[in-house]
Amino acid sequence: MYYRESGYYKTDYKSDMSLYPLPISRFAAFSLLVLFFLAAPVVMNEYYLTLLSLVAIATVGALGLNILLGYAGQLSIGHAAFMSVGAYTAANLATKFDLPFLITLPAGGLMAAAIGIVVGVPSLRIKGVYLAIATLAAQFIIEWIINHSPEISGGAQASIEVPRPTLLGEKLESPVELYYFLLIVAVIAVIATQNLIRSRIGRAFVAIRDQDIAAEIIGISVFKYKLYAFAISSFYAGVTGVLYTYYLGIASYEQFQLGVSIDYLAMVIIGGLGSILGSVFGAFFISLLPIAIRLFMESVGSIFVEPDVLAQSISQLRQILFGVLIIVFLIVEPDGLNRLWINIRNYFRVWPFSH
Amino acid sequence: MLDSSGGSSDPILTVDKVAKSFGGVQAVKEVSLQVERGSIFSIIGPNGAGKTSLVNMISGFYKADQGSIKFDGTELIGRSPSGIAELGIARTFQNIALFRGLTVLDNLMLGRHVRMKSSVMSCFMWWGAAQKEEIHHRKRAEEIIDFLRISDLRRANTGELAYGLQKRVELGRALALDPTLLLLDEPMAGMNSEEKEDMVRYVLDVNAEFGTTIILIEHDMGVVMDISDHIVVLDQGEKISDGTPDQVKADPAVIRAYLGASHLQG
Ligand SMILES: Nc1ncnc2c1ncn2[C@@H]1O[C@H](COP(=O)(O)OP(=O)(O)O)[C@@H](O)[C@H]1O
Ligand SMILES: [Mg+2]
Repeated sequence: MYYRESGYYKTDYKSDMSLYPLPISRFAAFSLLVLFFLAAPVVMNEYYLTLLSLVAIATVGALGLNILLGYAGQLSIGHAAFMSVGAYTAANLATKFDLPFLITLPAGGLMAAAIGIVVGVPSLRIKGVYLAIATLAAQFIIEWIINHSPEISGGAQASIEVPRPTLLGEKLESPVELYYFLLIVAVIAVIATQNLIRSRIGRAFVAIRDQDIAAEIIGISVFKYKLYAFAISSFYAGVTGVLYTYYLGIASYEQFQLGVSIDYLAMVIIGGLGSILGSVFGAFFISLLPIAIRLFMESVGSIFVEPDVLAQSISQLRQILFGVLIIVFLIVEPDGLNRLWINIRNYFRVWPFSH
Repeated sequence: MLDSSGGSSDPILTVDKVAKSFGGVQAVKEVSLQVERGSIFSIIGPNGAGKTSLVNMISGFYKADQGSIKFDGTELIGRSPSGIAELGIARTFQNIALFRGLTVLDNLMLGRHVRMKSSVMSCFMWWGAAQKEEIHHRKRAEEIIDFLRISDLRRANTGELAYGLQKRVELGRALALDPTLLLLDEPMAGMNSEEKEDMVRYVLDVNAEFGTTIILIEHDMGVVMDISDHIVVLDQGEKISDGTPDQVKADPAVIRAYLGASHLQG
């Protein structure tokens, strides 16, 4: 019975494992690609394109944290510190050794992964709140080391200017060029993450998250796979740090402080833990929310308060709102914004017979 | 007390003077036994006798305080549970330990984890090596799904299944490893007689078809006496009997230990 046409079986399993088994998902993915690759650069002015570029960068970082927290179930409050590792690695390689972007980018990721392993080996033997504290400590220690090592941080300002990135001899100068490049990186990151998650390694992450004792018994070395998750997540963070650095034209530790780690936690929790699409939603939401707040406050708030008070209150309002949203989502909708998409998708799957 | 019934010619597992205590409780006291390759080997005894503790030591879940456990000549004590699984030893739990949020299929594929080798890089790339490996192992998982007659549950989350089916899926996850030694801790506990019959059939089929050596902990004496090649009896951490079903049944030490307990009827 089991031996019938293996050829048929093969194609069957292949399509069974495809990334977008549902037509509606395929349609949505295709529409988004058209929208972002073709429409956005035409209809949007430079300001909005830079915003989308920031979203693309954040997507990479959010995917990394979601692999660790959402799939492998390990909390990290030090995600931004690994971004700074990537950032300074790339900046130093670019300025001291004149290395091109295509080398500094993976190098930043790999260095962050290496530091991730160094931090992970002692940290991942502990769980829950203790792991949270250990990663928080890592955030401060890495920050401190970079800040106090002129060889790394480039001296008094603790910042290093980097040249515009060159790609295959072409300088990425305009916002449009940068946008395209970052978009491609983000798309690659999404697909690579989808692949990882549907593979043996992604399954092992989920097993560890759900039942670490059973995982170990069936042959998944829990420690090893936690370390994988930590290293991979740090790699994404490192790449994110490099992208930020080239985007801003400067590596600066101030871009990667504790608050940024919290921002990324907000992204994956609000976007949807253990969801790739959720990481993208979260990146959009958290990157664009401050701008929405500012627009709102400037139009409505200026009626009530002085401009300088307003400027201050915007950043505070942002922090408060993130905090509230994290709590609300954790309690009310642990699946995050991704749940919205699933609901919409399921609605259209049966459409027009939706009752 | 009876001793090992004559020349064990080809032992797959040799447990030698293994002991384990928790605080003051000596759960297992210097137990030795030999499991013949390809046999069905049962461990029986009253609750708290130390059966689960012994199996936990074999699977590396507990670390023995002393003694040695050799699997095909390899010392198991000191190895991690995952390291022991990699040698081809799989188990089920007395209290089901499935990945409840995952589907039956995912649970089985996880059971095959140690047989899959794709690197991190090839997993990221997927198309090519990782996909090929996935399809290859998926086939084996599907064979086990067919074998256990749970095809229609392939996509069901295991947490939503009835108790008896969960036990069956857990057996499936263990089988997915293609184990040479399978440890079953009360696989029929809490089942109705029909489910029990099915489970007995699966155990016998696994043993016969795949040649898997099976160590079985079970309370149902009818079943144990029926299907075992060899039985060891534990009582309060000590081995009190060791032999074929007929030898064990006739052993005065066993009868004494079970006196008052209504377990031994077969
Ligand atoms: N993890 C543990 N911690 C403390 N005591 C344990 C532990 N595991 C087993 N024991 C004790 O060891 C003894 C044997 O238990 P167990 O091996 O589960 O027996 P059985 O499976 O034969 O019913 C019992 O007294 C039990 O309370
Ligand atoms: Mg027990």
